[in-house]
Amino acid sequence: MSINRRSLLKAIAAGGALAGCGVLMPRLALAAWAEKAFTAEEQTVAMQELYGSAEHEHTTEVILKAPDIAENGAVVPVTVSTGLENVETISIFVENNPTPLAAEFVLPAGTQAKVSTRIRMGQTSKVTTVVKAGGKLYSAAKEVKVTIGGCGG
Amino acid sequence: MAKGILRVKAKTAGDLTSVKMLAKHAMETGLRKDKKTGDKIPAKYLQEIQVSHAGKVVFQANLGTAISKNPYFSFSFAGGAKGEELQLSWKENTGNSATETAKIK
Repeated sequence: MSINRRSLLKAIAAGGALAGCGVLMPRLALAAWAEKAFTAEEQTVAMQELYGSAEHEHTTEVILKAPDIAENGAVVPVTVSTGLENVETISIFVENNPTPLAAEFVLPAGTQAKVSTRIRMGQTSKVTTVVKAGGKLYSAAKEVKVTIGGCGG
Repeated sequence: MAKGILRVKAKTAGDLTSVKMLAKHAMETGLRKDKKTGDKIPAKYLQEIQVSHAGKVVFQANLGTAISKNPYFSFSFAGGAKGEELQLSWKENTGNSATETAKIK
């Protein structure tokens, strides 16, 4: 009996581990890092690669908070928030950077549509944020002046 | 547990848990040059950061090189309680990856 019990426990443990992998793996694969979008050198190409479309609607529902003048381009605080429902992803583009796509945030249901981060800017540029909500793309943009660039050095 | 690169402050207030995290990372873009030799410094940056709570992904960031050195992120999600754990996993462009944990305060 004791042997049976032991092997049964082992089987349960192994099964549990397998189930754990099964849960984790597809999730990582699902929202994989979009290499083409992140390495694209044109903003429209990057958007096309990321969303399959570069068309987006400017709306006041998306709020992009960024400084008017960034003294140091290496650290530019940016906050994106929106009152839109069913937000899936939020991405940030810096038009004049060598690779415009700075970041893409995937927000599952239950996570607030407000994220903050700090980006690098090589020079004065328009910063655009694209919010994907309910399958549609919405955007907001702001010009940020940079006095000292944050790329190269 | 080995000391990780992520420093996390997670707090629950009402229904929401706010998370602030700071990764200690140079985020080398691959465009910078070594001043002495003139050689390019190879790119080494964080590509993915994923935060899970109770087996559910609550936040994922896919990053490019235009994220500043020592990247900072903040977000909040519904649920979570004091003392519970968050799992944070990150991946570099070099293939390095790790999973760290942090407690909600």
